[in-house]
Amino acid sequence: MKRRPSVLIYLALLFLAAVFVLPIAYMIITAFKTRVDSQTSPPRFLPRAWTTDSFTKLFNDPGSPVLTWLGNSVVVATIFAVLSVTICAMAGYAVARMEFPGRNAVFGTIIGMMFIPGFVFLMPNFELMSKLQWLDSYQALIFPGAASAFGLFFMRQFFLSLPKELEESARIDGAGPFRTFFSIMLPNARPAIMTLLVIQFLANWNDFIWPLYTLFSDDRLTLPVGLARLQGAYTIDYPVIMAGAAVAAIPVLILFIFLQRYIIQGVAASGLKG
Amino acid sequence: MTTNPTIATPPAATVPGAGRRRRRPRLAGNPMVPWLFMAPFLVLFATFTIAPAFYGLYISLHDWDFTLPGRPFVGLQNYKDLFDAESVTYKPFWNGMKNTFLFVLFSVPFLVTLPLLLAMLLHREFPGRTFFRATIFAPYVLGVSVIGVMWKYILDAQFGFLNRMLGAQINWTTEQPWAWISLVGITVWWTIGFNAIIYMAGLSDIPEEQYEAASLDGATTWRKFTHITLPGLRPVLIFILITTVLASANMFGQSYMVTNGGPSESTKTVLMVMTELGFGQSRAGAAAAASYILAICLGIVSVIQFWLMRDRDAAAERKKQKRAAKEFQARRRAEETNR
Repeated sequence: MKRRPSVLIYLALLFLAAVFVLPIAYMIITAFKTRVDSQTSPPRFLPRAWTTDSFTKLFNDPGSPVLTWLGNSVVVATIFAVLSVTICAMAGYAVARMEFPGRNAVFGTIIGMMFIPGFVFLMPNFELMSKLQWLDSYQALIFPGAASAFGLFFMRQFFLSLPKELEESARIDGAGPFRTFFSIMLPNARPAIMTLLVIQFLANWNDFIWPLYTLFSDDRLTLPVGLARLQGAYTIDYPVIMAGAAVAAIPVLILFIFLQRYIIQGVAASGLKG
Repeated sequence: MTTNPTIATPPAATVPGAGRRRRRPRLAGNPMVPWLFMAPFLVLFATFTIAPAFYGLYISLHDWDFTLPGRPFVGLQNYKDLFDAESVTYKPFWNGMKNTFLFVLFSVPFLVTLPLLLAMLLHREFPGRTFFRATIFAPYVLGVSVIGVMWKYILDAQFGFLNRMLGAQINWTTEQPWAWISLVGITVWWTIGFNAIIYMAGLSDIPEEQYEAASLDGATTWRKFTHITLPGLRPVLIFILITTVLASANMFGQSYMVTNGGPSESTKTVLMVMTELGFGQSRAGAAAAASYILAICLGIVSVIQFWLMRDRDAAAERKKQKRAAKEFQARRRAEETNR
């Protein structure tokens, strides 16, 4: 039943929307201001004159190669998401649709590890990275989190919901288990795969503590870590810092606008596991 | 992908129902197949999740410097130090624990209640719902460092939008209690959409008939909230409370980016202390010990919350509700046919 809320509720909602959107808009707009313009009193929301000076300044600063960071973030988050979804889908499929001895023990162990908070892994995984000589490298950001217990659980739940007939007909057609999985089950799992891809991409893109301590070189950083360095280097030259923040924010905001449905579905699903 | 020829085909008799099928895939009954599907996941999971959980324990029993080859065994010394007022780690660790505890205390009430209000506004279909839901969720997709630099500018005592708007001179990030107010406010602004979405999923699971039945009985909005919404949301509420406490206890980025732990280390969370200990001072053993102590504390807190909120006679209650709903519906149907 659709009910149209009262004008009062609409006004309240519009106010709330402004509270959530305006700070983000202000950040992006500030990137197009001059430094003087960013410090006026009373404050101005829009610039007196639009300028891309802070972007020029930022892109020409060899100490803060923002475009390299952007490239690092895109490459790392993409590889991470694809790898993570592939292995989680394969394992989730096995746990959901195959009977084998030890299945419940393995699944239970994986789910049980979800209860150990992430910070416990910081020291041992850092030591592991150091042993593998993966410090200051893409590998350090790609491999440790890819086998995600949540991802496996999420894919398992989805495969459980698919009809048994899918595999039956594939088997009658003579397809082996791998062909059944890749050409029948995976295409049917597209909504779940999209959701998990986006969630894992965002998680990796926004990860902060781990890359903050495992990356060192200026040209190896991801955007979140680079942004922390920018803040240290430019302190109150806010348009330059906001330009860096805009470079980090705009790709995910675009992703969010187009894939909103998947992201929200994924979050709702994470609550259902409780 | 074709079947792997190196894997031996099992004898037909071991495959159940094989005789009835015209063509049987060679791999179908092979007991290795599930493990092949699991292998990539299991290798990475064992290497980077299971092994480190124990490796960390091993590290915590040593005087472990990342930069030195010698890592002498010290037994439980790192743990003892955390509880020994004379040791150098004692003060920073417990200061961090206190600050994290304060942040949980200040932030969780808002992070549990405000999203519920939002969800109740937004869970019914109405024109523009998707738009409002998206705008409220939007900050959550941004990372903590973007949120951090953005709010640091808005809250800047001298040039910030907020002070200039208010005509005030408040030191939002460098003076208490403003620093806590800022950090809690930023966190609520950033993550409110996350809990709201989970609440919305929970609300849509409560059958509409329960509300209709209550309306027929003349129940007020408040009574409907306390008698239908809250009991219906119980599992979701437990989930949100426990995960929100954990998320707040994991606070790191907001303090790191906005207050840098200040003023005078009053917003330095235990995670900041731990990373500084491990990565800053390269005392991984002490940091690992601290991480296990914190993990145990959080585990205990989670269990206590679950135990306090568990519903002792939930099953009986649910049965009663179902029966009541059925009776209402039966009565309604009877009334409709009478009309």
